Formats: sequence, C-alpha cells, structure tokens
Amino acid sequence: MRSVAGLDAALQDLVQPGASEIMIDLSDVARMDTAGAYVLERQRAALAGQGQDLRLVNLSSDHTALLARVASAIPQPQIAPRPALSAVLLLEKLGRAVAGAGQFLLELHAMLGIFLARLFWLLRHPSEFRLTALVHHCDQVGWKAIPIVALMSFLIGVVLAFQGSVQLRQFGAEIFVIDLIAISILRELGILLTAIIVAGRTASSFTAAIGSMKMREEIDAMRTLAIDPATVLFVPRILALLITLPILGLIANVMGLFGGAMMAWIELGISPGMFLARLLEDTSARHVLVGFVKAPVFAMIIGVIGCHAGMGVGGNAESLGRQTSAAVVRSIFAVIVADALFSVFFAMMDI
Amino acid sequence: MAGDVVISLRGIRNQFGPNLVHDDLDLDLYRGEVLGVVGGSGTGKSVLLRCIAGLRPPQAGQITIFGQDALHCSEAERREIDARMGVMFQDGALFSSLTVRENVEVPLRSIRGLDAGLRRDLADLKISMSGLPYSAGDKYPSELSGGMRKRAGLARALALDPEIVFLDEPTAGLDPIGASAFDTLIRALSETLGLTVFLVTHDLDTLHATCDRIAVLAEKRVMYTGTMADMLHVEHPWVHEYFHGPRARAALDSMERTA
Repeated sequence: MRSVAGLDAALQDLVQPGASEIMIDLSDVARMDTAGAYVLERQRAALAGQGQDLRLVNLSSDHTALLARVASAIPQPQIAPRPALSAVLLLEKLGRAVAGAGQFLLELHAMLGIFLARLFWLLRHPSEFRLTALVHHCDQVGWKAIPIVALMSFLIGVVLAFQGSVQLRQFGAEIFVIDLIAISILRELGILLTAIIVAGRTASSFTAAIGSMKMREEIDAMRTLAIDPATVLFVPRILALLITLPILGLIANVMGLFGGAMMAWIELGISPGMFLARLLEDTSARHVLVGFVKAPVFAMIIGVIGCHAGMGVGGNAESLGRQTSAAVVRSIFAVIVADALFSVFFAMMDI
Repeated sequence: MAGDVVISLRGIRNQFGPNLVHDDLDLDLYRGEVLGVVGGSGTGKSVLLRCIAGLRPPQAGQITIFGQDALHCSEAERREIDARMGVMFQDGALFSSLTVRENVEVPLRSIRGLDAGLRRDLADLKISMSGLPYSAGDKYPSELSGGMRKRAGLARALALDPEIVFLDEPTAGLDPIGASAFDTLIRALSETLGLTVFLVTHDLDTLHATCDRIAVLAEKRVMYTGTMADMLHVEHPWVHEYFHGPRARAALDSMERTA
C-alpha cells in the first residue's frame, strides 16, 4: 500500500506502444494487497482497450484469488450529466434564494406563534409549567452573563465620557457630557449592546442545545412520548430571555453611567455628586422607558431565531456548526434592524 | 491454527473507579483467524477492543502487537502499529461532514505520493468490496441506512489494507438478511485478504458463520477459548445458558440443516 504510487509509475513506464503482449513475472512477490492488485488490474484493462495484452505469470494461488476478487469488485462509475450553466439557471437560483428567504421569515413567525400559543396554554395549565427549567435557563442566560455585560457597558461609559469631553471642551460645554452619556446609554447603547452580547452568547447556545438534541433524535423521542418539544424546550428558554434581558439592560445602564461618571470625574473634574444632581435634573425618564420598551422585543427576536436555527439542524455535525453561526449572525442583524426601526418610530412620534 | 501470534494480552486490568472490569486477563490472537469475543452486557468486550486499538491504556498488563510492546513504545512505533490495524465502530463512526468516499480517503491521505485520482479509485474499490453500490460514495453518512453505514465503516477500516481488523458488533441492528450478508462478507474478506479479525458480537449466527475460535469473557477475564463445538461442552452456567438457550438452539438447528 505504501509503495502503490511507485508501482503504478513503474507499470506506466513498462508500457511500450508497439508490443502486443506484456508479461510480468510475479514469482518474487511475497505479499500483495488490494492496492497492488487494483493497479495491476487497472493496467490490464487500460491495455486491453488498446488491443494489448497484459499477462501475469508465476502467480501464487492466494494472489490469483485476490486479483479475481479485486477485478470483480472494480466499480463501474455511473456519471450523471452535469447541467450546463446558463442564464435560466442563474435566474432559478435567484428565485430559489428569494423564496427561501420568504420561507425563512414565515418559519420565524410560525416559531413565534408556537411560543405564544404554548405560553398562553401554560397560563391556563400552570401545573404543566417547568419552573426548574426556567430557573436553570435564567441562570444560564442572565446570571452568568452579568460580568461580561457589566464590564462592557462600564467601558462604553468610559469611552463615551472621554470622547465627549474631548469634543465638548472645545466649546466650553464640558458639563453637557453628562447629558451625552445619559441619553446615549439609557436610550440606545445600554440595551442594544446588551442584546448583541446576549445574542452572541445565548442564541448560539440555544441552537447548539436544541440542535444536538435534534441530531440525536431526542426531539423525535419526546414527540413519541407525548411531550411537546415547544413547551419543554422553547418556552422556558425564550421566557428566561424575556425575564433576564431587561434586568441585564438595567445593569448595563447603571454600569455605563457609573463608568461615565468615573471618567467625567477624572477627566473633567465633575464630582459624582454633581453628576448625579445633573443627571436627575436634566434627563427625562422617558429615555429610560424608550430603552426598556425595546428589551422584550430583542429578547423575543434572539430566542425565536436561536430556537428556530436549532430545529433546522440536520443529521450531521457540520449542519450543527452552520446553524449555530447562522443563529448568531441572524439574531445580531435582526436586533440591529429592530433597533433602527424603533429609532425611526420614536423620532416620528416625537418621543 | 497456525501458531503465529499477532496480538498477545497478558495480565490486563481495567478499572473504572471502584468498578473492576478486567482483572488478570490473558488472550492471544493468531494470524489469519477470525476470533469472536462474546460475553454478557458489561463484561467489557468493547473496553477490551478499545484497549488493543490503543484508545484506552489498561491500568496494568502487557499488550504485544506484531511482536512489539504496544504500551511502552514511541508514538511513531504506535502509529506504525495503528496503520496495520483497522477498527470498525459499532455505528460506523463515520465523519458526518464528509461523503462516504471522502471518509474512506481519509486514511489513504497518509500515503505520500498517491495522487488524487488513484486515491479516489482505491476508495471506490474499497466501497465496492464492502458491498456498497457505486452511488453510495457520494452520499453523506446521514443519508445512509444503518447497515450501509456499517459497510461504509468497514470500507474505511479496510482502506489501508490492514492485517488485523476489529469489528464492534458488526451485525447488531441489521435485519437477518443484511446480517447474514455481512457475515459472508467478513468471511470472504478474511479469506481473500488474509485478514485477522477480532470480532465483538452478541449474534450467535455470526459466531457460527464466521468465527474460527470463540473467546468467552466472564468473571473479569477470558474464561474459555475454543471452537463452537468446544463451547457446547463447557459447564460454566453462563456459557451453558448462552450456547444452549432457546435462541442458541435455533441458530444451531439452522446450522445443522444447512451443513
């Protein structure tokens, strides 16, 4: 097997165009494997096509049997004609992509519908509700995300204060850095960046968990045991997100303001007391509300996309990986799109 | 049986926490034979297979493969040994993101100087020798039935023309026709390729149809080895029950009818 490439080359060299018959003496061959036998048989077939004959002499009986077995096993390829590339084909591809995208949106809505239907069903049958699962997912989704969310928003507050102070100092309007930090964090950044981090952490873990269950037919097993996968798998997960994302957003807001206040103190000499006074005096509570209204929507988007991608996993490990990364990309993208729509809406409503 | 020992196990001990699976286990595998390993659930048949295949070192004992100490050799020597052995796992353990042909090509890639065309042809040959149709080469493992996955696993195990193959429950989960076709395949391959086969099974029909020798695992060691006929005379209660139970009688009857 190790030397098969060399043997093949040697056989090719042996061929002379004029000869009608080539004889190979195999009496010195101690051991032959399938690769060697295959190369010999292939050469024999190729020569037969040119009207030449390859004769193997002095074979041991074992080798004869091996050659016969290999010869009988050589597969006959069936080559399917490959469709030619054409404009029609490209159009068809485009059409399929568009239809696929529509289908995807439809499926997301179906997933949302299933979640809401099961949620309301559980409201009427509270004994069926799995509180342990909910608490477990709240721990996974919320509690364990606190350090990263807190650190990130603290740093965002620091960066905003620093950049804001550099710009505003030119106008002698350093004090407005407080408004800058408060409005941007409370209204937009706190909740948006939290949602993006949670999308990266949680959508992927939903997809991986549900997807690997799907892959090992555990979800089919649930169905046969009269357990509804939507009730058991989707509801606790999405509900945990709905509960914890606003809390994480609140933590992000507090930490962002804290970071901003620290930086304002160090960079501009605005004391924390002054920061707090101006914050309470100048910043309207509606900014906080505008921020928090978005949280449940983002939570829903992340949860639905994560669960949907998990159900899309097929039978192999590669599709699990593909769906997991797709879930992250889609949920981050969808969160940003939703945030943009919210901004337009609030601007039009003058809120 | 030719006296050429290819694998010898001496004093093997395997332990999972407080749970002792093997204690002072001895076993020899001779060149060219088909050895069937039987034993109740939990007697460590698969553990033994994993031990020899180098996937799990035993806590104590000595494994000699092709005359080399397999537990205390360098990594390069171990690779050399591994290249001469092939393992077929219970459900094929195929790489799920590769097609069947690519799966079989994986071990072939280790051969230097083998061009892609010839590698592909050799993979196709192995697929065909394992009894799969040509079209199976382009399929992914998830698109195959359980029996076809096993055959594809066998094709991959045979890719490098190993001298020893390990088969872990080759016929479990197959329909009787598929199982008996698999038995015939193993027998035919072992005869034409001169394979030595280490076969872990529960299937009495497979034992009848393929094995030259049977090793019974019980009480943490290899209790008995011998031919099928020898096994019928063993007095040990478990072995007696195994080879004389209702299912065994049916298998034996069918043997006698065809003989």
